[in-house]
Amino acid sequence: MLNYNVITKLVKENSKILDLGCGNGTLFKMLVDKKHAKGVGVEIDENCVIESLKKGLSVIQGDLDEGLKQFPDKSFDYAILNQTLQSTNNPEYVIEEMLRVSNRSIVSFPNFAYWKVRFYLFFKGKMPKSRALPYEWHNTPNIHLLTVNDFFEFCKKRNIKIEESVYLTRKKARSGILIRTITNFFTEEAVFVISK
Amino acid sequence: MEDKVIVETKYYKIDKPVELECKRELRGIQVAYETYGTLNEQGDNAILILHALTADAHAAHYNSPEDKKPGWWDTMIGDGKAFDTKRFFVICSNVLGGCKGTTGPSSINPQTGREYALDFPVITVNDMVKVQKELIDHLGVKKLIVVGGSMGGMQALEWSIEHPDMVKSTIIIACTPRLTAQGIAFNAVGRNAIISDKNFNNGNYYHGEHPERGLSIARMIGHITYLCEEAMHNKFGRDFKDKPSFDFGVDFQVESYLEHQGRIFVDRFDANSYLYITKAVDYYDPARKYGSLENALKDTKSRFLIISFSSDWLFSTEQAKIMADALIHINKEVSFVELKSNCGHDAFLIEWEKQTKIIESFLKG
Repeated sequence: MLNYNVITKLVKENSKILDLGCGNGTLFKMLVDKKHAKGVGVEIDENCVIESLKKGLSVIQGDLDEGLKQFPDKSFDYAILNQTLQSTNNPEYVIEEMLRVSNRSIVSFPNFAYWKVRFYLFFKGKMPKSRALPYEWHNTPNIHLLTVNDFFEFCKKRNIKIEESVYLTRKKARSGILIRTITNFFTEEAVFVISK
Repeated sequence: MEDKVIVETKYYKIDKPVELECKRELRGIQVAYETYGTLNEQGDNAILILHALTADAHAAHYNSPEDKKPGWWDTMIGDGKAFDTKRFFVICSNVLGGCKGTTGPSSINPQTGREYALDFPVITVNDMVKVQKELIDHLGVKKLIVVGGSMGGMQALEWSIEHPDMVKSTIIIACTPRLTAQGIAFNAVGRNAIISDKNFNNGNYYHGEHPERGLSIARMIGHITYLCEEAMHNKFGRDFKDKPSFDFGVDFQVESYLEHQGRIFVDRFDANSYLYITKAVDYYDPARKYGSLENALKDTKSRFLIISFSSDWLFSTEQAKIMADALIHINKEVSFVELKSNCGHDAFLIEWEKQTKIIESFLKG
């Protein structure tokens, strides 16, 4: 997966990571194997926890929306929230907590302003579905969908520093931004490194 | 039907005196144990199963072909099971202070030729581990995985603290790093029931009537804490055994269950052992001993897996998380899982399928 490769590149060697919503542990395992990362994953789904355990990963079963109280301030090099922000109940709280417990946080999400998403809504008049957003409106876990522009605004208001940004289309990842409007239009998925 | 695997309970006598946490010495300690599977040449494929309050060394298989029931954790130990005897050398021993073959208050004091009764020193979880360590060394085990539920989890935790170079992995199930005030209170009531039994005779009852009523009441209290409201509701509801009797006999199904549990318990357990072992559970508190749980665990080298059950209010998820959090704070490898169950504290003995999935994965990883 492209975003896994992007995140793996962003993480420095021997880092201590907190992988929030680590799923079946694929990304976490990649970071352990390729970057000698250590750390812990947090995952709510029992079957995903089992898959992560099989990979030899440390994983804590828990709900991100309940916060990261057990983790002391700045106790990780990176807190990672891959494709999960849009499905949290309280994204603001989750991001504030990530910034508290880590030196840098990596957040990735599907961009709702991607042109295909826009066209889907525009022409079909229905809630957009795509590879990144495969659910129906009534069963989607994605309750807080956002766009690249939304995220910039969110960070600016809270004095969150954007250290790096990578924009992904189906086949390519590109760093940095040219013209915000155009980037927002062509990005299917965005990855940000933020700090506070 | 599959053939019954027969296993023999063995006994090991520790030939040197063991100094206990209370500073007293015990001589001639005997340990009852069973083993399943084969120890490899390196002596590093061992799993030590640590039992809860009233269990024994007979964790798996059958002691004789006539036995109706296998060992208490047979669902988890054996060929192809969570603790796979093809891969691991599994050991379980009866705890110090018990009454199932390991030295305890009902054993004969070599100095007097009579049962220890209340002359038996007050033992701790640390002492239980000390005795297990003697057995482990005797068996030639160099490295091991320690596993326990409830009080067994306390022993597992203590193993990881006391023998960091030996313990590779620690699996702690339905456990707490220190009993809550509520837990101590229930144990205290149980002990009171025993001590106030007319037959208790300051513990010297071995040659007369045993304090059976007291012990059975203690067991009833225990059973209330091992279940939860939902489990009791599902099992018994408000059902009558027959119809209201308009006296104070056993009317409800739940009363009948408790009576039954109390009655069968007195045939298999010693009242003095109950006093000693519950006391050891009450006392256990590594955070107090080391200043903090983090400090207690700082030298551990083990991977940890901590499992709690959603409906267990005696050894709750919150309690289990205290251990997970402390390990996180000091950068240890720890995984934590809360399994959904409506069986209360008893879940660790019942929900073997769910536990198997988690434990198998952890042991594979």
